[in-house]
Order: sequence, then structure tokens, then C-alpha cells
Amino acid sequence: MERKDWNVLLVDDEHEFVTTLSERLALRGIASRVAFDGESALREVADSPPHLVILDVMLPGMKGLDVLRGIKAGYPDTRVILLTGHGTTKNGIEGMKLGAFDYMIKPLDIDVLIEKMNDAMGSGR
Amino acid sequence: MFKTIFRHSFKDLHGGEDILSPERYQSLRRKIVGLMAVVSVAPLLLMAVINYYEYRTAVSREIQNPLRILLSKTKNSFELFLAERTSTVSFIASAYPFEELAREKTLRHIFTVMSQVFDGFVDLSLVDENGIQVSYAGPYALAGKNYADQSWFNHVKVRGKYISDVFLGFRHFPHMVIAVRHMDETGRSWVVRATIDTTPFDRLIAAMSLEPDSDAFLLNKEGILQTNSNYYGKILERIPLPMPPQAYEARLLETQDPQGRDVYLAYSYFPDTDFVLMAVKPRSSVLKAWYMVKGDLLFIFVLGVSAIFFVAYKMTGLLIKRMRESEERRELAFRQVEHAQKLSSIGRLAAGVAHEINNPLAAINEKAGLMKDLLGLRPDFPDREKFITLADAILKSIRRCRDITHRMLGFARRMDVSFEELDINEVLNDTLSFLEQEAKHRGVAIDCELDEHLPRILSDRGQLQQVFLNILNNALAAVPDGGKIQVKTGKIDWESQFISFQDNGCGMSQETLEHIFEPFFTTKKGTGTGLGLSITYGIVKKLGGDISVKSKIGEGTLFTVYLPKSARKEAAS
Repeated sequence: MERKDWNVLLVDDEHEFVTTLSERLALRGIASRVAFDGESALREVADSPPHLVILDVMLPGMKGLDVLRGIKAGYPDTRVILLTGHGTTKNGIEGMKLGAFDYMIKPLDIDVLIEKMNDAMGSGR
Repeated sequence: MFKTIFRHSFKDLHGGEDILSPERYQSLRRKIVGLMAVVSVAPLLLMAVINYYEYRTAVSREIQNPLRILLSKTKNSFELFLAERTSTVSFIASAYPFEELAREKTLRHIFTVMSQVFDGFVDLSLVDENGIQVSYAGPYALAGKNYADQSWFNHVKVRGKYISDVFLGFRHFPHMVIAVRHMDETGRSWVVRATIDTTPFDRLIAAMSLEPDSDAFLLNKEGILQTNSNYYGKILERIPLPMPPQAYEARLLETQDPQGRDVYLAYSYFPDTDFVLMAVKPRSSVLKAWYMVKGDLLFIFVLGVSAIFFVAYKMTGLLIKRMRESEERRELAFRQVEHAQKLSSIGRLAAGVAHEINNPLAAINEKAGLMKDLLGLRPDFPDREKFITLADAILKSIRRCRDITHRMLGFARRMDVSFEELDINEVLNDTLSFLEQEAKHRGVAIDCELDEHLPRILSDRGQLQQVFLNILNNALAAVPDGGKIQVKTGKIDWESQFISFQDNGCGMSQETLEHIFEPFFTTKKGTGTGLGLSITYGIVKKLGGDISVKSKIGEGTLFTVYLPKSARKEAAS
């Protein structure tokens, strides 16, 4: 699948971070929608099921891992890359168990992120 | 009340401000030994004293009684002797009429018969009521002698019977007189007088078979000797002892004789005559047995007291040592918990700070990245190169910040105790990164010689980092600016590997070396807790490993940590 056909959703409560990230991805030919909390994220997913979700585990209100569960329950084919600002790998490992494709610690290196996104889209899952 | 006293005296037992001070243990030890000694020595002493007196009394009684009995028996012999002779004289006086006795021939016959039956009679005479000696039988020619003015004659006239003291008289050998008056039916009275040799007295006294240092003798009530004495003079001399109070049963006094000997003085007054029988026995001889017992008693007492003190001292020492050890262990545990809690709060704080900073940092990262992206798309942007350099500088700084926050998060992670498979070199490098800045600042070179092919081991990352950090901190403190620290890792065998830290710092004395793993031992007076290496030691042991140290003053120190392949297996066994 071509990059321009990817349906990507970015979920993070940090507006500045997520909008800028979306813009940077756009510069690299990847269109993406953004959501600032778990509920709106699930709504966006329901509107148009994305191929890939980049999800922060620390969200206000609904927890990131609950959002992950919701996505995986309704759309098992959707790949999820988790983001965490926290050092403990516990959330990451639990997320992997719940079906996340990978996890990354913030701040991100955009090249590494793109690489992981390629991997996710390229993999047969 | 006792409870209050006890609590007051032993308040050191209940802890306090400075519970680990040596003075406290010293004073506690003194008090316990003192109390144990008092509680056990006091009854012993009391018993010894009571025993001493009881025994002395018993021994004295044992010695006094035979003496008393012997004296009574001898006194009875004396009385019997005198009574027999008195009765004989009395019998003669009453059995024959005056006329018969007045005839010398008859009297001599009677005297002869009497002398055959009873020994000691020297002569026999008849004295009429006017005191004129009528007839006489005996070795001396004394007929016609007038006794009218002599006191004994008056005495016998009044009392009917007279026994004289011993005297030498005309005959110059000790004798005594027994005189008995008789009155017939016509009212005529006469006196039969017999002289008795007192040599049998000596026989009676000899029969007591006294020891050579003892003495026995007969006295009259004035204290004039009636028999010879071994120590207190010849017959008819005055004894150099005061006369004891009158008593007719055998009495015993403890006194001192003129020679200065402590003696038992046994005596008895005769009820019918003027005599007193006395026996003297030196106490030293009779108490010899007692002194021996006293010696034994003292020996046992001293032995017992020493044993009590020895045992009390040793036991208390042991007790105090145990107590001290356990209190030190408890204190160490407290401090370790305190230390761990401190580290854990620092960890939580670090994690919180790191997390809070990570989010804005991520935003800055994206903004700067976007700036760079946009600049990359605009080749015609003015000062493009300059801006790209600036954005790169920002991104580089962000990476540095990220390293710091990640390290802080790693520190927090270390608080969780968990076994995982890890690479010692990696853990060591992580730890070294903490100290890089300080080492660089002080110009200390840290050389690493790491065995790249070390097998991964099962251990606790956080704990190991603390171990390495403690040792490295000590090494950094020991080396001068510009010093050198060499870190090596290697494999000993399949089951264990080592990590060694060699510095060229100030080194340690043998004495310091012996104590470095003890809690609260510190050479950094005022700044160190003295816990670092003891905790290090504790952790290494907990992880199933071992730690060794070699050091030479002025040359440096080598710490070597040995770790097993699986800490869990080692720790469990």
C-alpha cells in the first residue's frame, strides 16, 4: 500500500506535540487525523477505521490501554504503536500483550517512527 | 518499690538516645554483674556466717561436754574418797566406848585393821572433850598434845565433823585431818581424829588422763592449791587465777591464764567441804579441728564467690555481646530501610519530573523537527544553512535532555526489585554514565576492559547498579584529580563472572580493611554514613555473590565483585 493511502490516527493530549507531528508526517506524505482524548479517538476510529493508530498511553479520562482494548475489540486489523512518556516498560509490555504492534518512548526520533510505521504497514498483520 | 528501683537501675535496657554507645553496654554489664553477684553472694555470705557460728558453737560444745563430765566424775571420786574415810572415822568413834579407844593397844589394833582396808591413813588419835589427846596410834609420838585452842577442835565440837584443808603440819608432807565427835548415852563426848596422806588425790587426778598441755587440781575456796599443778604452782601455793563464782555442778568458763593461753576452765565446788576441783584445757588444742573446718569453710566460700563472679561476668559478657549484635543488626536494618525509602522517594520524584518534562520535550522536539523539515523543503529560504544549524543544535540539546530524563526514569525503575536476564557490561556502562561528568571534571580516567563475550546472567539490575555505583564512588573519592580507575569484567567459569575496580588512590590500612564492610564504619568522618559498603556487601551476598578487597596505602585499592550465573538459584540455596 502506498504511503498516501494510509489511514493514520494520532492520539495524544499534548496538542502542540500531536499537531506538529501530524504536520511532519504530512510533509513525508502521510496523511493523519488527530484526537486529543480517548473518547474522541474511539469516535474517529468508528467514523473511518484507520490502518494505524499512534496512541499515547497517558491520556486524561479514558486510559490509553483502554482505548487500545476498544480498538482491538472492534477492529482487530488496526495496528497500534504506543507512545509513553514514562520510563517504566510495564505499560509498554502490557500494551504489547493487548496486541499493540510496538511502543516508543517520548521524545521521538521521527526517522525511527517512520521506520516502525513502515514495519507495521508492511507486516502481514 | 523494687520495680521502680529495678527500672531505674536498668533503664539502659530500654533504649534511649544513644543506645549503641559502648559506655551504655559497659554500665549495663557492670550493673548486671553487680546484681547477680549481690543476689548470689549475699545468701552465700549469710549462710557462711551462720554456719560459722553454728559450727563453732557445736564444736565448742563437743569439746566442753566431755571436759565437764570428766570433771564431775573426778569430783565424785574425791567426794567418795572423803566420804569413805569420814564414815570410817565416824564408825570407829561410835562403835567403841571411850575406854576402849583410850587404850593405846586397842587403838593401834583398830588403826592397823583400818589401814589394811583403806589406804592413806597416817595416824589415828582420840581426843577428849577438853581437847587433850588421850591416845594415839601412828608413826609419831604425839600423845598428851592439847588441841583445845585449835580452830578445828572448836569446829568439830560445834559441827560434830571436820575435814581440814591440806597442810604440811609437823610432818612436812601434805596431809589432811578428818575429825568426828561422838557422844554416848551418858552425855560424855570425844573426838576421833585421823590424819590422811593426800597422795591418793594425785592418783585420782592422774586417773583423768589429761593431755600434757592440760591441767587439773584441787583447791580450797581461798584458791590455795591442795594438790600439785603442772602449770599453776605447787601445793599450798595460791593459784594465779581469780576464783570463779561458786557452783556445785560442773561449770565451764572461757578465760585466759597468766601465761596468756586461751583456756577452758572447768570447775566445781564441793558442797560439804571447802574444796574446789578445777581442770584447765587450752582452747588452741581443742579448737584445732575447728580451725581446720574454718579454713575449709573459707576456702569454699572464696571458691564459690570467685565462681559466681566468673560465671556472672562471662555470662553477662556473652549476653551483652548478643544484645549488642542484635541491636546493631536492628539499627542497620532500620537504616537500610530508611536508606531504601529515601532512594525510593528520590526515585519517584525523579520519575515524576522526568515524565512531566518528557511531554513538553516531545513537543519541542516535533516543533524543531518540523522547522528543519520545512527548511529542507525550501532551498531558497534566506539564511537557510544558519537555521538548519540552529535546528540541529536544538535537536541535539533535546537528545541530551532525553538521555537525562531516561536515566532518571531508569533510576526510578531500579527501586523495583526484580530478577531479569542482563548483561553485566551493559549495567556497568549505564552506571558509569552517571559518573562520567564528575570523572571528566576532575580529570579522572576511567579505563574499561570489558569481556564482550560474557554470558547474560539472571540478577537484579537496580541492585547491581547500586553496588557498582557505591564502589565507583569510593574509588572516585580515593583517587586524586587526574587519577586512574580501571574497570574489568571477565568470566571465571560458566557459573560465575567477576567485575573488578582498581584505583590508584590513597589506599587503606590493614586495620581499615578489616572493618570496611561493617556498618557505621567510615573514614569520611562527618560526611559518610558508614553504610555504603555494608549495603554493597549485603546486596552482593543477597545476589548470591561475593566481594573481596585488596589495598595498599599509597598504591590503591582493588575491589572485586563475583556474581553467579543465577542470583535466584544462589539466593535460594
